[in-house]
Amino acid sequence: MTVNQFANGASAPIETDCVIIGAGPVGLFAVFELGLVDIKAHVVDILGKPGGQCSELYPEKPIYDIPALPVVTGQELTDRLMEQIKPFGATFHLGERIDSLKRLPDLRFQLETDAGKTFITKTVVVAAGGGSFTPKRPPLAGIEAYEGKSVFYSIRRMEEFRSHDVLIVGGGDSALDWTLNLQPIANSVTLLHRRDEFRGAPHSVEQMRALVADGKVALKIGQVTALEGQDGQLSGVTIQTGAATEQLKIDRMMPFFGLTMKLGPIANWGINLEENLIKVDTATFETNEPGIYAVGDINTYPGKLKLILSGFHEVALMAQAAQKLVTPGKKVIFQYTTSSSSLQKKLGVK
Amino acid sequence: MAKITFIQPDGSQQVVEANPGVTVMEAARLNRVPGIEAECGGACACATCHVYVDPGWAEKTGKAAPMEEDMLDFAFDVRPESRLCCQIKVVSDLDGLILRVPGKQF
Ligand SMILES: Cc1cc2nc3c(=O)[nH]c(=O)nc-3n(C[C@H](O)[C@H](O)[C@H](O)COP(=O)(O)OP(=O)(O)OC[C@H]3O[C@@H](n4cnc5c(N)ncnc54)[C@H](O)[C@@H]3O)c2cc1C
Ligand code: FES
Repeated sequence: MTVNQFANGASAPIETDCVIIGAGPVGLFAVFELGLVDIKAHVVDILGKPGGQCSELYPEKPIYDIPALPVVTGQELTDRLMEQIKPFGATFHLGERIDSLKRLPDLRFQLETDAGKTFITKTVVVAAGGGSFTPKRPPLAGIEAYEGKSVFYSIRRMEEFRSHDVLIVGGGDSALDWTLNLQPIANSVTLLHRRDEFRGAPHSVEQMRALVADGKVALKIGQVTALEGQDGQLSGVTIQTGAATEQLKIDRMMPFFGLTMKLGPIANWGINLEENLIKVDTATFETNEPGIYAVGDINTYPGKLKLILSGFHEVALMAQAAQKLVTPGKKVIFQYTTSSSSLQKKLGVK
Repeated sequence: MAKITFIQPDGSQQVVEANPGVTVMEAARLNRVPGIEAECGGACACATCHVYVDPGWAEKTGKAAPMEEDMLDFAFDVRPESRLCCQIKVVSDLDGLILRVPGKQF
């Protein structure tokens, strides 16, 4: 193990030529085009897996407009891109969000993730799509005040839940997994879902049903209608079950209603935006900040189409521009992967 | 042409004309009906096109298919008359359809 710690416990910054924000299809293909011009990248995504919208929103749906692939599903496209970019050895940082970006005196950029990781990089490629995937917030009056204190959308530390009365809301894998994981350590676990049918993995559903039969988990069919509590600490909720309402005494709640895309921290980085999209120069895909590029769904320019195909084109031009900045003075010759032995060497096929 | 009425939580109404063949969500977006977010563009993958079908029309719109029923788990304040309107195709039979938009999609 390498000891790579600052006195304050944060790990040493990662120095690199390029950080790609977003591992959607466009961020992934950016790894390829940058790799061809010898730029190695670090890729950061808040999701725990690559593929962006393709793997999160429509993994099993067909896409018909990827050139030369008459039909491919969102997940297949992601898997194929991952295979195609493998030779370029990008480092992935999944489950982390880039929260801040600032320019350093030496003109490089310093980026920080919500997990406390720091990057120092010559270039930044914003491939953030529709923004970071964020958990949906149930429209319950006053819920904001409880978030992070007694209402959680994800769990970083299980201990937060030890000996608490926990309410889990939802019917998919997240709701079931946390019901099963928290049951042994919580004081009580109640699972609330709008119908007595669960989308989660059959095995988890079975385990949950067994715990309910043993009286170890309470299962309620209904919806939360109101929260009670003070200073961010929940003390109970009102739920509606059919025509009846009921009070539940709980002090921790985890709602699982899927994800939505929110622009998030990008708005605070001093990049020119137009209706939540980043304006770019279509010759280089550079933003108003030299060294910061924007590609894919997140950018806008006259004639922009939010297509994967267009994003692929954008990263090819972007990589040429980034190369001039990363290795100034280096002569660029235009080459084909079909015939260039140096490109083939980079691809590992020669 | 089918006329569809959207009723907002505050009671205000908007009548939209839709061509048979499009989805109710598409008709709503074309006419900028507030509250129909349709983040996924009609792929039954986001549940932000949630509406309540007026009880008188439930039979004509039919019931949610299993995939839509699963997706409704991601909507809020789901009721027996809930549908995702990207999954309702406009047909001439739906002329006069009345839908209510929920308070918040997320
Ligand atoms: C249902 C559906 C069907 C579609 N069908 C087609 C089709 O047939 N053909 C087609 O061309 N396009 C289609 N699209 C559109 C296509 O999916 C998008 O154009 C494409 O995903 C854009 O890729 P991207 O890499 O720019 O962004 P995304 O796929 O949106 O990925 C962006 C990633 O960036 C991450 N991110 C954002 N901000 C941060 C941050 N601060 N820190 C860390 N991570 C961050 C997000 O979590 C996300 O994973 C479809 C979209 C949907 C929803
Ligand atoms: S538009 Fe996304 S589910 Fe209907």
